[in-house]
Amino acid sequence: MDEEYDVIVLGTGLKECILSGLMSVSGKKVLHMDRNKYYGGESASITPLEDLFKRFEKDGDASQYGRGRDWNVDLIPKFLMAKGQLVQLLLHTGCTRYLEFKVIEGSYVYKKGGKIHKVPADEKEAITTSLMGLFEKRHFRNYLMYIHKFDENDPKTHDGVDATKTTAEELYKKFSLDKNTQDFVGHAVSLHRNDDYIKQPVLDQIRKNKLYYDSLATYGKSPYLYPLYGLGELPQGFARLSAIYGGVYMLDKPCDEIVYEDGKVVGVKSEGETAKCKMVICDPSYVPGKVKKVGQVVRAICLLDHPIPNTKDALSCQIIIPQNQVNRKNDIYVCCVSYTHQVAVKGYFIALVATTVETDNPEKELDHGLNLLGQIREKFVSVSDLYEPTDTGENSRVFVSSSYDATTHFETTCLDVLDIFKRATGEDFDFSKVKTQEEADE
Amino acid sequence: MAGRGGAQWPNGAAQGKICQFKLVLLGESAVGKSSLVLRFVKGQFHEYQESTIGAAFLTQTVCLDDTTVKFEIWDTAGQERYHSLAPMYYRGAQAAIVVYDITNQDTFGRAKTWVKELQRQASPNIVIALAGNKADLANKRMVEYDEAQAYAEENSLLFMETSAKTAMNVNDIFLAIAKKLPKSEQGQASQPRQRGVDLNEQNQSSSGGCCKS
Repeated sequence: MDEEYDVIVLGTGLKECILSGLMSVSGKKVLHMDRNKYYGGESASITPLEDLFKRFEKDGDASQYGRGRDWNVDLIPKFLMAKGQLVQLLLHTGCTRYLEFKVIEGSYVYKKGGKIHKVPADEKEAITTSLMGLFEKRHFRNYLMYIHKFDENDPKTHDGVDATKTTAEELYKKFSLDKNTQDFVGHAVSLHRNDDYIKQPVLDQIRKNKLYYDSLATYGKSPYLYPLYGLGELPQGFARLSAIYGGVYMLDKPCDEIVYEDGKVVGVKSEGETAKCKMVICDPSYVPGKVKKVGQVVRAICLLDHPIPNTKDALSCQIIIPQNQVNRKNDIYVCCVSYTHQVAVKGYFIALVATTVETDNPEKELDHGLNLLGQIREKFVSVSDLYEPTDTGENSRVFVSSSYDATTHFETTCLDVLDIFKRATGEDFDFSKVKTQEEADE
Repeated sequence: MAGRGGAQWPNGAAQGKICQFKLVLLGESAVGKSSLVLRFVKGQFHEYQESTIGAAFLTQTVCLDDTTVKFEIWDTAGQERYHSLAPMYYRGAQAAIVVYDITNQDTFGRAKTWVKELQRQASPNIVIALAGNKADLANKRMVEYDEAQAYAEENSLLFMETSAKTAMNVNDIFLAIAKKLPKSEQGQASQPRQRGVDLNEQNQSSSGGCCKS
């Protein structure tokens, strides 16, 4: 490894692997290392099942759950929005050829009193939903039609609303949406994690609504996609992309020291050797001195031998518990996948329940989610610190990703990735550059 | 661009069926994995083939009597160099060619390790072929033919010595694999791949506006 690289990437989490791929595709010479023996870092899927028990230091007999290798258990719960940025990245880089996806079967929202309701998929379902009363349904339907019609470039469709000034709250008022419907729209459709958005200009809210419904319209059922064999396939796919474009891969390779000269990174030391580089891209765990803790997420990985009750036996689903419905400040999320995604032994389901920590008893905060699952065969609970970089990398040329937040999809993940790419290279990622590869393969 | 498992079946066609298989290449660096593929797919050979960059995903078809076998060939893209091949690489592979260099005993030892790895990680029905490459350099031979053949027999592997340079046995080894692969009624191998959604289709479909039912 005593060579000179343009970029050394540390850690093989999804963000690092996408960046590694984008850098290689852009013609940069990349060395990609991970201290672990496996790909994926915090966004790995753990296999075999015995390793999950070990990782959580949990007693118990993993062998009662069939062949350990048939399990691929995600550490973080997230789905892809069908029209979201990660899908665009996969399509533009050709990584789709390494991956297969299934549509998540249902999307549900929790309402006070403990019942879950299907998120209405269109205007028709808006009228038949059990989520709200008769008059409210009409209001909601009118709101939906407005969103549907809204075109950012055509002021005639705005109905006198300046989306860059009008707040979400004011738009709700315009359509007389009550508090419950606001909760539902803001959290289960716009996928806001808390209510901060309500005083913000509504354009962001409208874009998020459109993303949800455009994604939903793509495959029906739900706006979400999930890769067979688990989310850990995503970093592997982008790592392969990087390798195809010349990226060098070393797993099980410790990073002993990041070497600086005059505050600027010049190399990475590992096992007595130093690889020179012009920049480093890494996850927070490699640079404790360049990140700050901004919060915590609590997650429970639950193994079930049945579908989640009241989801019509869905083999996969998402349930969102809006904060207000359970008197919290942050939503609770439930993501469920199963054997049909090649992540569990036949007959088994994996449900992940997660939220942003608000109290000093984090596990208890998941109760509203856990209570929806029915009998739980095994439960693995973790509390993770969330880190953000304190160094923009402008001088040090060390670019640090943020920890994976509590959102249930990859939109913020992609924003972070593209932002790092721009900071690191000084330009936006040019998707047209990867086209030649696709043509070459044909 | 066909997605994974995206073979097209001729609709009720009489000319026979098309079967698509994922084939992975394994072996130490510089034994000639990419050269074998390049010879098989494009009929080319480069004396100083660069370490694999770029085309690491090629397809080629082989015709058997009434069946067309389409190989979707995965090259390691160099990720084997520091033992960093992703599990994704083996996933769903129905065939593998494990390559060694007949002029280098170490590469034969590594080939055995790869076979073990495949037996551990890949699907149980995978068809494995062992290729002793660089057979044109027989005067520098370090791995005896009989030794390799005995090992292959013990482990139920197909075995041939090949030369990407002279094209010796290159088409033959792919053909032998094609013959050994199970061709079921639907034209898929014993482990049919799960059909997922094809993300590439959504680019072609007309813009599905929001809220449409």
